[in-house]
Amino acid sequence: MTEINARPSSRILPAWAGNLGILLVIAAMWPLNKVIQDQINPYVVQILTLIGINIVMATSLNLINGITGQFSLGHAGFAAVGAYTTGVVINYLAAHDSLAGHEWIAMSLLLPLGGLIAAAMGLLVGIPTLRLKGDYLAVATLGFGEIIRIVITNTNAIGPFEVRGSQGLRVPVLADLFWVYLWVAVCVAGIWRLVHSTMGKAFLAVREDEIAATAMGVNTTFFKVLAFAIGAFFAGVAGGLQATAFILIDPKGFGFIQSVLFVVMVVLGGSGSITGVVLAAVVLTWLPEQLRSLKSLHVEDLRMVIFSLLLIGMMLVRPEGLLGRRELWWTRRKMATAQIPRSTDTAPPISSTGP
Amino acid sequence: MNAHDLAQQLIYGLSVGATYALIALGYTMVYGTLRLINFAHGDVYMVGAVTGFYVAGWVSQWSIPIWLMLIVVLICSASACAVLGYGIERFAYRPLRSRPRLVLLITAIGVSLLLENAFQLPQLFGATPRHYPQQMTSELLLPVGFLGLTRLDVLSLSLSIILVGMLTWIVLRTRMGLALRAVSFRFDTATLMGINTDRVISFTFVFGSALAAVAGVLNAIRYQVDPLMGIMWGLKAFIAAVLGGIGSVSGALLGGLVLGIVETLLRGYFLPARYSGYSDGAAFVILILILLFKPSGLLGKTTIEKV
Repeated sequence: MTEINARPSSRILPAWAGNLGILLVIAAMWPLNKVIQDQINPYVVQILTLIGINIVMATSLNLINGITGQFSLGHAGFAAVGAYTTGVVINYLAAHDSLAGHEWIAMSLLLPLGGLIAAAMGLLVGIPTLRLKGDYLAVATLGFGEIIRIVITNTNAIGPFEVRGSQGLRVPVLADLFWVYLWVAVCVAGIWRLVHSTMGKAFLAVREDEIAATAMGVNTTFFKVLAFAIGAFFAGVAGGLQATAFILIDPKGFGFIQSVLFVVMVVLGGSGSITGVVLAAVVLTWLPEQLRSLKSLHVEDLRMVIFSLLLIGMMLVRPEGLLGRRELWWTRRKMATAQIPRSTDTAPPISSTGP
Repeated sequence: MNAHDLAQQLIYGLSVGATYALIALGYTMVYGTLRLINFAHGDVYMVGAVTGFYVAGWVSQWSIPIWLMLIVVLICSASACAVLGYGIERFAYRPLRSRPRLVLLITAIGVSLLLENAFQLPQLFGATPRHYPQQMTSELLLPVGFLGLTRLDVLSLSLSIILVGMLTWIVLRTRMGLALRAVSFRFDTATLMGINTDRVISFTFVFGSALAAVAGVLNAIRYQVDPLMGIMWGLKAFIAAVLGGIGSVSGALLGGLVLGIVETLLRGYFLPARYSGYSDGAAFVILILILLFKPSGLLGKTTIEKV
């Protein structure tokens, strides 16, 4: 299995060094978090939190839309599932006096739980709808997102768990920057590794040409559903973070517009480019907050107008997004060598990646 | 609940469905020619309602009969939206026509966001919902003395039937309609046969937008004007188009009516009041069921994708 499709020049560091680096980054967040929490004003902390959550959302949507080439317009729905799962269970624990002192355990178990429920939802949505293509798929996922939102809006309680429907749910604030950026690291590194693994080639093959991929023995349905489930998992975690980082969650915050916003991030960053999408998520979260401070210019009202003009303009001028499919540090030449298959090579096709 | 209530809900559902049908026609015509889900269509419908709001505010100061007022309002907002629809196609979609369809879809989402947010600016309309002038709504919402129907219900039902009839006549009996059918049958071949496809596409946008504007005015009189009103109604009208078979004119009418009736009956008749909020989800459930079991819709033709 070694060296299938290896790009000789692409590996700067050996794999263990990369893993160690990721671990170090995560470990460094703990002391850093303390410093930031003490030194920086709460408003900036809040923006940083939001940026982190949006990075997770955009990166996970990028796996579905950019890398696997599907089109999901219901990503906020999965975030809602995660947010409400985590929030509702935390509230239940708090009401039964079993939360105090166990916040760490609760957070490390409940965020993945929210993600898993969202992933299960993703499977449920993905298995029937992924037979659809392009715009039909977009509309079907949009439909599912809206159904999730409508159900939450109209539900007051499920068994012993309070949901409180349209009034919104108050959840104790447990997540700080550490938790948020822990998951940013897990999500970005995880998806990066996935895409650059042998398996990742199959996702890309589904995007490039589904029929050719099938002919090469890639089980396209499996990989589409897998991408959908992984994307939904991280969206669920991001939702859980949102529930525990801010005071209130509200079904209105997980609507169609929100899903569109994540699509905008993926598209502007460059569908398929992980660093590009992270960059877009940072800029598109940070920029509106900066515009907010220019109240005298009435830019506050204009920011969404500017967003949409940006989106249309981008499509007209550079539809592949800021970075296209490149990563931040890739040069044009590298892109060319990575994309054009070398015909004289004896490397076998990607047939062995099927399940 | 008795038979009288059921009949009342049925007719109310028909009237709501007629408005869905008017919007759905725009989706279906554009999809028929360009294979594009025109996400901005719901917002064109909103712009129609807003234009109607301003014209109505201006017209209601004249002392003319109510029906004349309504005609002026309808014509003004339909023409404004026709121009808007033409502009959207000409400047946002046409330059991208040769690009992948997903690019076009994202552009459509962009146009939709632009309209929604531009009309939330206080200079254009503002974010708070408003009502049409009193003297117009109060007269149009008078009951006609039959099953609790209002004049507006009768009006919207008959207007939709007339407009759909007109569209059917255009599609089946005129040269433009022939060209339209040719373009939606085979785009490239139609171009080779000397059909001016740009004109046909412009026509679908102009006519579809005008129909949406009529629906917008009717709904704004019934409910209110809101810069975000186009999202839900647009989505549901699109669902109506898919349900009827996207690309088919009579399908859009059928889909709209079916959707309107199902929703109204669920909300007002079948579901107890406590759960009636869930009826908003009915349209989306229908969408997913139809996409799974009969993606070509009730009246659409099945197409086989060739490699």
